[in-house]
Amino acid sequence: MKARVHVMLKDGVLDPQGAAVKHALGALGFDGVDGVRQGKVIELDLADGATEAQVGEMCEKLLANTVIESYRIEVL
Amino acid sequence: MKAAVVQFPGSNCDRDMAVALEKSGADVTTVWHKDAALPKGVDLVAIPGGFSFGDYLRCGAIAANSPICNAVVDHANAGGYVLGVCNGFQILTETGLLPGALLRNAGLKYICRTVGLKVETSNSAYTEGYNDGAEIGVPIAHHDGNYFADDATIEQLKGDDRVAFTYTDNPNGSRGDIAGILSENRRVLGMMPHPERAFEEAHGNTDGQRLFAGLMAQLANA
Repeated sequence: MKARVHVMLKDGVLDPQGAAVKHALGALGFDGVDGVRQGKVIELDLADGATEAQVGEMCEKLLANTVIESYRIEVL
Repeated sequence: MKAAVVQFPGSNCDRDMAVALEKSGADVTTVWHKDAALPKGVDLVAIPGGFSFGDYLRCGAIAANSPICNAVVDHANAGGYVLGVCNGFQILTETGLLPGALLRNAGLKYICRTVGLKVETSNSAYTEGYNDGAEIGVPIAHHDGNYFADDATIEQLKGDDRVAFTYTDNPNGSRGDIAGILSENRRVLGMMPHPERAFEEAHGNTDGQRLFAGLMAQLANA
């Protein structure tokens, strides 16, 4: 089983990197970008029998810091 | 007073921390991240600055899940003292011993300079050597020191007098200008500025000395 975990800063948490990317896009002439949020994608290659619930535990314990980040699990 | 300084791969302020503690009169041992237990009779655990595990995933996230950190959490939960500076503060928030998280600096730049701090409370072993409201200069050196917690947590920290230090001129976007916070029992302190780098005359500034001196006074008989 493969799983992909998407980790994003929660709404309301300032994302200075996203803001810098937005600024850079504007400088390149790309108009109409109202906002940029930057996150990360973590791909997991899991042994047979692994469950989505286990991936959820991994997210809660290590992959995301739920004080500031939300996560979404995609089973591939 | 017995102190332990934790070393992770990537720690780089462990020696400065050990020297500051030794010169303040502590009996200091260094412990390795793979150790599952702290030396017997340790009063204070100091988690130094640096870039533990290369700041991979998130600053402090991997260190917070290392064997020694389980022992540090047990030590704190049993009423022991823990001081986390810079990366140490990030690690303490990742373990959940302190609330909130440290985000990338609002200006995105790594900042390395002496900043002004206001001592918000003298009611802790760490800050009793200062007067309430005293202004001191302590160096910072971080890329991810932008303190974040939700509104309710910030209000609670303020209401419980658990904000130890604030910046006089916020360098990194921290909410409430927060530079350092205390645990509920006031025995765990996390702070981004480096008091161990404002310790000796040769540092050009000794404003950090009183933090260690206060701690020694409080723990001398422990």
